[in-house]
Formats: sequence, C-alpha cells, structure tokens
Amino acid sequence: MASPSTHTAHHAPQGFIRKYIFSLDHKVIGIQYYFLGLFSVFLGMSLSLLMRFHMVNPNVVVKWFATLWPTAAAGGIMTPELYLSLMTMHGTIMVFFVLTTVPQSGFGNYFLPIQIGAEDMAFPVLNMMSFWTTFLALVVMVAAFFVQGGAPLSGWTAYPPLSGAGPLTGPGEGMGQNLWILSIAIFCGASLMGAINFIATTVDLRCKGMTLMRMPLTCWTWLVTAILGLLGFAVLLSAGVLLLLDRIAGTSFFLPAGMFINDHIIANHKGGSPLLWQHLFWFFGHPEVYIAILPGMGVTSQLLSTFSRKPVFGYKAMVYAILSIGFLGFLVWGHHMFMSGMNPYSAMAFSVLTMCIGVPSAIKTFNWIGTLWGGKIHFDTAMLFALGFVSLFVTGGVSGIFLGQPALDLYFHDTYFVVGHFHMIMGVAAIFGMFAGTFYWFPKMFGRMMNETLGKIHFYLTFIGVYCIFTPMHYVGIMGNPRRYSDFSNVGYLANAMPLHQFMTYAAFVTATAQLIFLFNLIWSIRKGAKAPVNPWNSTTLEWTVPSPPPFDNFGGVHPVVYRGAYEYSVPGAPTDFIMQTVPPQVIAQGD
Amino acid sequence: MQGPPPPIDTGWGGEGDSSGRGADRRASFTGLFVLLAACTMAFAALSSAFVVRRGLSDMNDWVSIGKPPILFVNTAVLLLSSFLLDASRRALKAGARSRFNLYWSAATGLGILFLAGQAFAWYQLRQAGIFIATNPASSFFYVFTAAHAFHILGGVAALVYVDVQALRLRLGPAKRTAIDVTAIFWHFLDGLWLYLMVLFYVWG
Repeated sequence: MASPSTHTAHHAPQGFIRKYIFSLDHKVIGIQYYFLGLFSVFLGMSLSLLMRFHMVNPNVVVKWFATLWPTAAAGGIMTPELYLSLMTMHGTIMVFFVLTTVPQSGFGNYFLPIQIGAEDMAFPVLNMMSFWTTFLALVVMVAAFFVQGGAPLSGWTAYPPLSGAGPLTGPGEGMGQNLWILSIAIFCGASLMGAINFIATTVDLRCKGMTLMRMPLTCWTWLVTAILGLLGFAVLLSAGVLLLLDRIAGTSFFLPAGMFINDHIIANHKGGSPLLWQHLFWFFGHPEVYIAILPGMGVTSQLLSTFSRKPVFGYKAMVYAILSIGFLGFLVWGHHMFMSGMNPYSAMAFSVLTMCIGVPSAIKTFNWIGTLWGGKIHFDTAMLFALGFVSLFVTGGVSGIFLGQPALDLYFHDTYFVVGHFHMIMGVAAIFGMFAGTFYWFPKMFGRMMNETLGKIHFYLTFIGVYCIFTPMHYVGIMGNPRRYSDFSNVGYLANAMPLHQFMTYAAFVTATAQLIFLFNLIWSIRKGAKAPVNPWNSTTLEWTVPSPPPFDNFGGVHPVVYRGAYEYSVPGAPTDFIMQTVPPQVIAQGD
Repeated sequence: MQGPPPPIDTGWGGEGDSSGRGADRRASFTGLFVLLAACTMAFAALSSAFVVRRGLSDMNDWVSIGKPPILFVNTAVLLLSSFLLDASRRALKAGARSRFNLYWSAATGLGILFLAGQAFAWYQLRQAGIFIATNPASSFFYVFTAAHAFHILGGVAALVYVDVQALRLRLGPAKRTAIDVTAIFWHFLDGLWLYLMVLFYVWG
C-alpha cells in the first residue's frame, strides 16, 4: 500500500513546443518571465543612456541617430519630442516589464509553488496564458517605436490632456499613444491572471504543515504583491479604457473644454477632468511601487537570514509590516498629486498617511539590521546584493520623507530630486533584489553555480555606480533643475549643474557597461558553471530539498511535510547550523 | 484492492489534465472569488469616475439620457436566468439529470437573450441619436453596459460549455466545480447588473 505521503510521479510533456514554448510548467514560465524581463531591462537601459547622452551633448551630431530616426533626429540631433518619447518608453518598459515582471512573475512563478510544497501553480493553463499575454503586451509596446510619429510623449503616467488629445499634441501622440494604452490594457489583463494564480496557489496549495506563519517571507511578499496587483491593475484597466475612448471615440472623460493646442482650438471636448485620470492612475500607481519593491524585500529577508546564519529577526513583525505596507499603499495615492491644486486638508491627510508607511518600512529595516547583528555573515555575491538592497532602500526612503511633505513637495516635485528618489527606492533597490535573487536561486534554476569573482566585480561596480548616478540628482534637484526637460545647457542658473550632469552621464555609461559582466556571467554559467549541489547555501526552505534543477513535478512524486518555520539557523543543540523545514522534531531530539 | 483512480479536477471543469497537475476544487473557488474582487474593483473604478465626472459637470454637459425601456425586460430575463440556474443545481443535487439539462439550457438561452436585448437597447439609443460621445451620461451608459456585456460574454461561454458537456452526458463529478463556479459568476453578474440599473436610473 502506498504511504499517504507519496503519489505517482508525473512525467514531463515531451516535444519542444509543449516543453519550452507553451509550457504549463511554472518553472519554465518563471524562466520565460525572467528572460522577458532581462530583454526589457537592457532595452530600457539603452533608452536611458541615449537620454543621458543627449542631456549633456544636446548639440552633438550623431550620424546613426539620423539613421534610426530620420524625422525625429533629422541631421543627427535629437529633437525634444524624441527625448520625451525615449523617456516615456524607458519609464514604461522599466516599470511594467521589468519591475513588475521579474520579481513577481519571474521568481515568484518559479519558487512560490516549490517553497510552499506544491507541484505547480493552481491554474497552469492560466499561468501560461498570463505569460503569453505579457509577451503580447511587450510586442505592442515596442511596436509603438515603429508606427508613424513614433513612441508617445506623455511619460509612464500618461497624464491627459497630453495623452488624450490626439496627434495635434505631438508626433508620438497618434498611433504611438494608442498602442501604449492598448499594451498597458493587455498587461493589466495578464497581471490579473497572474494575481489570481498567485493568490489561489498560496491560499490552497500549501503542503502539509506549511501554516501561513511558517511560510518563507518571500511567499508572503508574493502573496501581498498579488493582492496589490489584483486591486490596482483592475483600476488601471478601467482608466485605460476611458482614456482610449477619449482618444478614439470622442468622449470627454478626462479632456476639459477650452483646450488650445498647437494653434488649434479643440472644440469637440468639454467638461472632462484631467485630475480624474490622476486619481485613477495613482490609485494603481502607488501600489505599483510596492508591487515592484515588496518581492525584493522578501528576497532580502530570506538572504540576510541565510547568509548571516541567523533566524529573521522578528518574523511575525515582518509579516505584519508587509501586510500593513500593502494596506497603507492604497491610501496614499494623493501624495503624487500635491501639485494638482488639491485641498490642503486632503494633502495633509495624504501626507500623514504617507508618514505612516514609514513605520512598517522602518520595522523592516530595523529587523534586517537585527538579523545581521551578531551573525556569522558570509559575503557571497547574493548577500552583497541583499545588503545593497537595504542600503538603497534606506537612502531612497529618507528622501521620500522629504517628498511626503506637501510644502517641500511643491518645490521638489518637478525636479531631479524626485528622479533620484524613485530610482533609488523603486528602480535600483528592486533591481538589486533581482540580482540577489538571481545569484541565490541560479543554482536551483539552472543546476550550475554562477561565478563569484565576476559577481563581486559586477556588484561593486554597480553599487558604486548607481550611487554616482542617482545621488547627484538630489543635489541638482535642490538647485531647481527641472525633470523631463531634454536640454538645459543654456539655462543660466543651472550652469553649475552641468558638470554634475556630465559626471552622472559618465557614471551611467560605466555602470551600464558593468551590466555586460553580469550578462556574460549569466550566460557563461548556464553553460559552463560548476555543477550545483542540492543546497549550496545551506538554506532551510523547501526548494533546497529537491535536485537542482527540480524535477517536473518539483518533489519527484513525494508530498513534502513541513515541521518548522522557514528560518531555523544556528538553533542551539542542533547538529548543523541550519534545520530544513522538512526535518521532523524527533530527528533533532535524537541528535542531542 | 484498488479501484480506478478518482477523476482529477483541474479546476477547468475538464476531465483533468492527464498529468494530474492543477487546481483542486478549493483553489477553483478561491480563484473565482479573487476574480470577482478584480471585477468589483474595475467597476468600482468606473463608478468613482462616474460620480466624480457627474459632480464636475459645471459646464452643464451632463444631460440625463432617455434610457430604453427594454432594459427592464432585460433585467427580468437576467434575473430569471439566475433563478433557473439555481433550480438546475438543485435538480442535479436531487439526481434529476434531465431536469438539470432543461433548466441549464433555458438559463443559457436567457443569457444569450439578455445580450441580444442589450444590443437592441443600443440600437434604440442609436436610433434616438444618442451616441457614446453625445454627453457624459451617454458615455458612461455605453461604457458600463459594454463592460458588463463583456463579462456576460465570458459567463455565457462558461454556461454553453457546461451545457454541451451536460447534453453529451459527460457531467461527471469533476464537472460539479465547473457548474458551481459558473453559477456563482453568473449570479455575481446578475447582482452587478442590478447595481448598474440603480446607478443609471438614480444618478444617470
């Protein structure tokens, strides 16, 4: 008779297409998301380099600009409109196709089921559809570069009237903007499918013994991120539909009367409210910040504990902090709109709620430091990136406290101070979370180790590099340097800022070049890295109990049973300095 | 002695993926309720846009549109289809398969009839010269009805799927989940429509 904890092992589908392209296996889908994000991050980074180049060399003729953009860069000099379209696409691609995609859909897809002891996600077909819908969204988004007029100009926030009034407002505001909205709508659908899967999987497919309070913190962050995505993307989808109708059906949801654009009186719209878009957008947009950063927090917690050989300090406090960050994240969207002329009392309320988010964020930070305190810290590359995450999160968070004050925000809002702030906390911190996850989980995903020497070189160059790029932005922001401008080389009061901009541009190019080391390390290690053992980091969670890479049904036909929490490191009296979640209590007792 | 293995429920209402992977009944319900939460948020966003846009119309551009009376017929049709779905589920519980088939098919037919009725309401509005861009009230009417119809379309697809399975006598125990999930989704859309009717007639 079969024991209750085993069942028949399932066999992987044969054939290239079912195995690698339209795969139902959450691990393959996770890797697909990862590489979609990797493509997107290099695309987005290239756009940012073009922008940084143009900012400090606005009048330099570059021949291949003219080849790439015969109208927008005629004669080899970038027009301001082209700059804006690069900025829009940089922001959009990075926020949606990198920050939303890799930490949640990439690592989450691969490791959520394994970490909770499930064979797969709850709805494998939905999971596959979710990936291919995301892929379609990316194709539509990139297509915006290739239509007449090029990519849209209205930024990743797509504020109307600029985004709603049609081709009159600029070259990218025709078909380009339509494709942008369409792509975002498709992306919303994909994210909703993903969120349904993540929530149902976490709620219903946990293995025996895996209580909620025994889940690794990564799983908690993936769950809360899925909830945020579920509630946020539904709202963005609605808003996107209304915006598209304003553009193509002549409605006036967001477009006011009396618009005068490029010497034309716009007579067919009246009564709409651009502020309505801002409310709907930021009701999604603020939770989106946490969608980007929460999974990085989970990875960081996991890694700090593993590599300092200590339990996570205050596990329960960490869980409650994640939940309260998720909850408060829906109440603070107004702090993006202090400049909109809102009632000062509303602004004050949003400001106070914003400060409240500082509390759970500080709890997390102090608990990270508490986890490190007195630990036997191993400085592997994965750990370095996790430490870098903490550093960047604190740096970016502190400037957030400035921006959360309406009085200060009125001054800072349209300056580089904001650019520095959100790149630190949302962009680079989340990217560091992804790097940490990559170095930590690579052995499990590909069965080989990444090169530590290259990893460390890459870490130090990137860590110093990003501080060199984004710290001076706060300074030029305080000087009053406006953001979203393509050229301020002739602005008198900004003359002192130009050398700093040059420095930032050099730093950006050096840091971007350093990413090639990572790319090389990744590809080389997939093919030639040293074979990975089952548990190279002596971690405790379930993914480290199965072979690297795991078999098709993750646990080879065995239902795992969990007996303890996720972070039992350096337990007094235990034979090793880590106890796997699957070790029954009596085994430890015998070891005494 | 071991009997044949029980059918595997993938949560898709199918025979079960031969590999046996996929969701159990519980996960299907969780997935359904999470989906309903997303639908609720999407309509809540549209409703808040509706309230704000209406409150803002200092240009006096919000003109209540004459809504086609057929909407009340459609409402009755949709309500009746919900009742029939429940009757058919009760019939299935009582083991009366043919009664189940009859009621379920009728409910599916009424669902399609509702869509046709909505299309007729649009046609009547068009005849009256009321288009989506006519004024904000008409814009929201079209947006809400279209968004609702889009969801109804998904619901009808699920109803038809179950119906075809039932008529082909393929309604094994694994299909119970598909039946229940479809019925709950349909009741939700029914409730949503009642809410929209209140919105149209009280504030529209």
